Amino acid sequence: MGLWRSYKLRFQRQKWLARAIRKRRELSVVADRTHQIRQSDILLFCTLRNEDVRLPYFLQYYRDLGVNHFLFVDNDSSDGGREYLADQPDVSVWKTAAGYKRSRFGMDWINWLLMRHGHGHWTLVVDPDEFFVYPFCDTRPLRALTDWLDASSIKSFSAMLLDMYPKGPISSVPYQRGDNPLEIASWFDSGNYMISRNDDFGNLWIQGGVRARTFFSDMPGSAPALNKVPLVKWNRRYAYVSSTHMLLPRGLNLVYDEWGGEKASGILLHTKFLDTLTVKAEEEAKRRQHYAASQEYLAYLSGLQDQTDLWCKWSEKYINWRQLEILGLMSKGNWA
Amino acid sequence: MTVNVGIIMLVHTALHRAEQVARYWVDSGCPVVIHVDKNVEKGTYDKFVLSLSDLPMVRFSRRHRCEWGTWGIVAATQEASAMMLADFPDVTHVYLASGSCLPLRPMNELRDYLEARPRTDFIESATTADVPWTVGGLDQERFTLRFPFSWKRHRRLFDAYVSLQRRVKFRRKIPDGLVPHMGSQWWCLTRQTLSAILQDPDRGTYDAYFRKVWIPDECYFQTLVRLYSTRIESRSLTLSKFDFQGKPHIFYDDHLQLLRRSDCFVARKIWTHADRLYEVFLGDPLKTNQSEPNPGKIDRIFARAVDRRTRGRSGLYMQSRFPHEGWENGVSSGPYSIFEGFSDLFEDFEPWLAKTTGARVHGHLFHPERAEFEGRQPVFAGGLSDSPTLRDNNGRSFLRNLIWNTRGERQCFQFGPRDKQYISWDLAKDPNAQIIVISGAWAVPLFLSNSNFADLREEAARLQKIESQHLDILRSIYAKARIRVWTMAEFVEAPMEALQTVVDEISPKQGRRLTEAPRMVNLAGFGQFLQNLKNQGMHPFLIGDFPVDPVPTNATRAARKPYLVR
Repeated sequence: MGLWRSYKLRFQRQKWLARAIRKRRELSVVADRTHQIRQSDILLFCTLRNEDVRLPYFLQYYRDLGVNHFLFVDNDSSDGGREYLADQPDVSVWKTAAGYKRSRFGMDWINWLLMRHGHGHWTLVVDPDEFFVYPFCDTRPLRALTDWLDASSIKSFSAMLLDMYPKGPISSVPYQRGDNPLEIASWFDSGNYMISRNDDFGNLWIQGGVRARTFFSDMPGSAPALNKVPLVKWNRRYAYVSSTHMLLPRGLNLVYDEWGGEKASGILLHTKFLDTLTVKAEEEAKRRQHYAASQEYLAYLSGLQDQTDLWCKWSEKYINWRQLEILGLMSKGNWA
Repeated sequence: MTVNVGIIMLVHTALHRAEQVARYWVDSGCPVVIHVDKNVEKGTYDKFVLSLSDLPMVRFSRRHRCEWGTWGIVAATQEASAMMLADFPDVTHVYLASGSCLPLRPMNELRDYLEARPRTDFIESATTADVPWTVGGLDQERFTLRFPFSWKRHRRLFDAYVSLQRRVKFRRKIPDGLVPHMGSQWWCLTRQTLSAILQDPDRGTYDAYFRKVWIPDECYFQTLVRLYSTRIESRSLTLSKFDFQGKPHIFYDDHLQLLRRSDCFVARKIWTHADRLYEVFLGDPLKTNQSEPNPGKIDRIFARAVDRRTRGRSGLYMQSRFPHEGWENGVSSGPYSIFEGFSDLFEDFEPWLAKTTGARVHGHLFHPERAEFEGRQPVFAGGLSDSPTLRDNNGRSFLRNLIWNTRGERQCFQFGPRDKQYISWDLAKDPNAQIIVISGAWAVPLFLSNSNFADLREEAARLQKIESQHLDILRSIYAKARIRVWTMAEFVEAPMEALQTVVDEISPKQGRRLTEAPRMVNLAGFGQFLQNLKNQGMHPFLIGDFPVDPVPTNATRAARKPYLVR
């Protein structure tokens, strides 16, 4: 990489960091328990809006993995989720009524909290509908992974977004508070992912899955990106550039091997397609606060109204991480 | 003389685990000398010493700073060994272990094992010429260059100094009598051998030499033991596996059964929080047999892990494996076949091929209007869509996915000049691809169609140009696929022989003669059609010399069944 490009990226990173510092004013504290954070703790960062119904299972899932502290940004929820979070013993909550889009889809707020509280910690940045799966997650806690990454001098760990969906129309099985969403949305597309290299940031650009197959088959270029780097040993100089798809400095995006081998990687099981989406899609399509003027939600809305079944006979039913490993969606790398 | 094993522990983190293990060893009657890395803070160290103060059989040796790959570790080992030999005169064997080692079998089994093999030193010791495990490309050179800079902290200086020494052809002299050997750091030596090494009159020379060797802890004792030992078993009693970067693999709770069945005496390295492993192996000693250590299964698991990390799965492209061109270890995951022209010439080629070979036969996967999957289903294995826009968005991924998704089943598909051509190079360069071409067969649908001749002529010229370019790719020096090209004229002369060759290549095991032929379209008048094209100035050269008259074989063939019996 030439000096000039390296300088440009550095400038860009500093821009995002400055922006994050500026945007911190939009956040106000609801519950601050960050003094409980110990030096070796694993932290989880999350932005959400009206996701109350998902929270109990979400917290339980990540507590079981071994996350020590949760840091939430609540973007103007009205469903009581904020109050629920504020009561939890291991959760810190900030709220904001500012625009989701204006904060680069929440990334400015998260970048600020990462800078302020994430420095020196292993940090996991996920959405409330994403469930992190990594090799041996059924027998080894998250700390086993982060210790191994530390020992291997690896600073970032990739986990591709895997869209899960139910069999039959999305609204047919209602999701109840506390349920495991993977019991409803337990199917996925195993092998229709399109990959290309993004030379600017060094990351892979992955699109595909059920969303590309059903909602974006006529405009594959706009299909959502699925590459994510959610687990990073954070340094206050780092910055997420676009959602958790890519970071700066760009070395953190090199989570893939280019010489034939496989690096270790995980999966984010994305349980967006529950009956709760129908209401959300209507709201978000109106709010237009999501990527590309909520084009995605508009597509869902037209797709969901006529009771589309995302399932097809080639869909795979989720069993465990080993299945995902065999299918080639994630890899153990040299972790054994 | 009864065997009495003394343990030296090199500790730098997870002191509470080290305490647990030290207690276990003392409880089983082994004296322990502990060396704690000087990088551990004074307060922590004092607490650790205090926690073990109730055990008279535990000693602490003088602390050295132990950085990976430096002399400190050897110095620490030397001093602890000297202390062990001096303070515990009953000790007959000294076992070097680390703080993250875990004994897997009761100590009396180790004693029995050593007693049955008297005067034997268990230390992995191999000449550098014969071992491939070195990391960083330094094998013999680690003994002949100087390494004053830390590899971990000053990598650039380290590398620069190495290349400087290489350039000026600097070579250190290896002390007389020494033959460099290296091997696992973890050994078990007899008192005789160890004391001979420590009390050698030339020790000053040797120490001065090894001080500047790279990673001396892997070669100091391994080399010197060759001077004194009467019997060397060149293997370590500690189960310790290394990955491709030279760092040890770590054991977790889910390795419990593997470790148990390995019958090794000590394992390294154990994850600090592997509570269950510590609980089980430091708990009541299980009654095991007197068997030899047998880490074969663990070896295989870790060897596979290294293989996955360095070579990966062929034909897999995913978030953490995206090889550069030429580094794929196999562009695709299995063999597949591309048929060009066959479906133009035969009416029922696809079902016939599926029936004959048992393979999965698709139509034109790169057809401009849709990906024609088998049975024209809208979605295929792995959720691949037949949408042409999705496919064309990344045609390479589409093809690789298709082959990966159907591992274990051979895929065949049709291709021709009417299809999207962007995939040509990928097909030609893939050694797994088998490409069989009947060149010029695109003329058959034109011949059968009901269009104006002027349009036909134009279309024929277009298709011929495309196919000609495609054939150039297949004939280029970069093409690695198994390629077979017949002109249509050649093929039509003896179609069954050609088909037999193709089918044999796809399913070699069957080895039987074809009994059923696909139905060829009626070519009566085709020769004249070609002649008409020629007359209009459009020479269909890819078809070959097709006879104008008499009209070829199909008419006669329909009457009888040739090649049915020999």
